[in-house]
Amino acid sequence: MSILVYVEQAAGKIKKTSLEAVSYAFALAQKTGEGSVVAIALGTIDSQELASVGEAGAAKVLHASDERLNAGVIQAHATAVAQAFQAVGANTLILAKSSLGDAVAARLAIKLDAGLVSNVVELPRLEGGFVVKRSIYTGKAFADTTITTSKKILAIKKNAVDQKIDGAKAQVEEFAVTISATDFASKITATERATGEVLLPEADIVVSGGRGMKGPENWGMIEELAHTLGAATGCSKPVSDIGWRPHHEHVGQTGVKVAPTLYIAVGISGAIQHLAGVNSSKCIVVINKDPEAPFFKAADYGIVGDAFEVVPQLTAALKAAQ
Amino acid sequence: MKILVCITHVPDTTSKIQFTANNTKFDPTGVQFIIGPYDDYALARAVELRDQTGGTLTALNVGEAETEPTLRKALAIGADDAIRVNSFPKDSFFVAKQIAQVAKEGSYDLILMGRESIDFNGGMVHGMVGELLGMPSFSPVMKLELEGTTVKMAREIEGGKEQLEAQLPLIAGCQEPIAEWKIPNMRGIMSARTKPLVVVEPTSQETQAEASSFQLPPAKGSVKLVDKDQVSELVRLLKNEAKVL
Ligand SMILES: Cc1cc2nc3c(=O)[nH]c(=O)nc-3n(C[C@H](O)[C@H](O)[C@H](O)COP(=O)(O)OP(=O)(O)OC[C@H]3O[C@@H](n4cnc5c(N)ncnc54)[C@H](O)[C@@H]3O)c2cc1C
Repeated sequence: MSILVYVEQAAGKIKKTSLEAVSYAFALAQKTGEGSVVAIALGTIDSQELASVGEAGAAKVLHASDERLNAGVIQAHATAVAQAFQAVGANTLILAKSSLGDAVAARLAIKLDAGLVSNVVELPRLEGGFVVKRSIYTGKAFADTTITTSKKILAIKKNAVDQKIDGAKAQVEEFAVTISATDFASKITATERATGEVLLPEADIVVSGGRGMKGPENWGMIEELAHTLGAATGCSKPVSDIGWRPHHEHVGQTGVKVAPTLYIAVGISGAIQHLAGVNSSKCIVVINKDPEAPFFKAADYGIVGDAFEVVPQLTAALKAAQ
Repeated sequence: MKILVCITHVPDTTSKIQFTANNTKFDPTGVQFIIGPYDDYALARAVELRDQTGGTLTALNVGEAETEPTLRKALAIGADDAIRVNSFPKDSFFVAKQIAQVAKEGSYDLILMGRESIDFNGGMVHGMVGELLGMPSFSPVMKLELEGTTVKMAREIEGGKEQLEAQLPLIAGCQEPIAEWKIPNMRGIMSARTKPLVVVEPTSQETQAEASSFQLPPAKGSVKLVDKDQVSELVRLLKNEAKVL
């Protein structure tokens, strides 16, 4: 019995979160002691990139190279993955939680008659049923969830397992899919994606700025700190509401939920709705001039001080330590 | 144009989350319930589209009797009528089945809901309903415009967005800035009392992944403050103590 992993690409590169999903599947296969890990990749990707999925734990990569799949057309992707699932006789599908992943997984749950759990944070327990731990109430709690169907789909939250990296190469096989015109009926007419930056949902370090930054013209120091750390930049909701920063940088209850190893919050008060998006971070640093700011209660480290003085000093100290 | 908007009844975003019955049940003591914030965006856009097209707007919730004030609020904000499927929402699959059944019977042209509920955060119901009805589904949708039967949308992706075009009927999971949240006015609140709210029984009891027990995350230790004139000390702590650099 195989475990299938749906791996996503962005501009021909397999996403890092998808490699984490492959590592999760590998650990799951070891735990259950059955079968191997097969990945399905869609669209134009070169064969070396595909073979490198082996490093994360896939024995084989099925490649549906149909270039119409380069774009994330939800129904077409769901159909292609369903065909791969049947072809390899899989019983479990693993994928990384993402904008496209969620949309595809939900349709697959119905197509495959498979119980689906999202926001999975660790490997399942197998005693007394297939019990999956998921994050709920936007990170404020966890639920043990028992999947009762024989087929299963798990959408994995970032950092659920460590990404495995070894020298292994996966065997790459072309996989022919039959996708009807209806599945391609909705058209993606344009894609706007920030390039050359670390993407917020995938970042290991995030530097976020809030209303305390006073205006968009002051984001240079946030960007420089982020750049020094190889971090992504984020912001609080009012900051994206006023248009100081693009919407996809908005972190929190109604925005992106991040799970980096380090989250640095600058000039953000720490409202409960903001905290809901960052409470899965391993380590939180808060820089705020108000010692009473609620964010300090959720922080591991803090500096009470003016961001306009502290942030440039922090950047300089980091550069000095490198 | 018939629009269906699906509403969750969830704890206010400021709620302290607690469980009872040996961690097997959510504890509603002291919790205020609201329309899910993402559903609130969907509802606001649905009201605008109904006004633009002169159609009808039905609000739907799968929940027990205690969710009715939340449905009445949706009526006060502008839905024409409401349906409650009388059952605890056991899992995403169960809820999707009920919504699909209601949608089939009402043959709606457009089904809107939030991108995810803020209790279980699954974000899966719209896609499941789409597949059950054989309709396209899109999420998270941050812009949705109608041009005849063509729907022009923007969908958020990691680090950006996609512009899309699709045909009605379809399903969208919504998020900001699709519309501004609407606050009910006095006239809305008055008329909501007399708008029809129909209760129907679930047509299927099937579930696939029910939560069996709950846990709270371990309590956070207290913050370690570093003097603002000793910033390099923070770098040292992050490296040597927290080991995150
Ligand atoms: C349903 C709902 C959903 C929401 N969802 C989200 C969400 O997803 N994400 C989100 O972020 N918010 C969300 N909010 C809004 C949230 O409640 C807060 O209003 C928001 O997070 C505050 O943003 P802020 O911290 O940037 O601004 P403020 O609360 O204004 O805080 C600014 C902070 O900057 C500090 N400061 C000022 N000047 C300086 C300086 N020179 N140096 C250092 N510090 C300084 C101040 O001390 C203050 O703590 C939501 C609200 C609701 C009701």
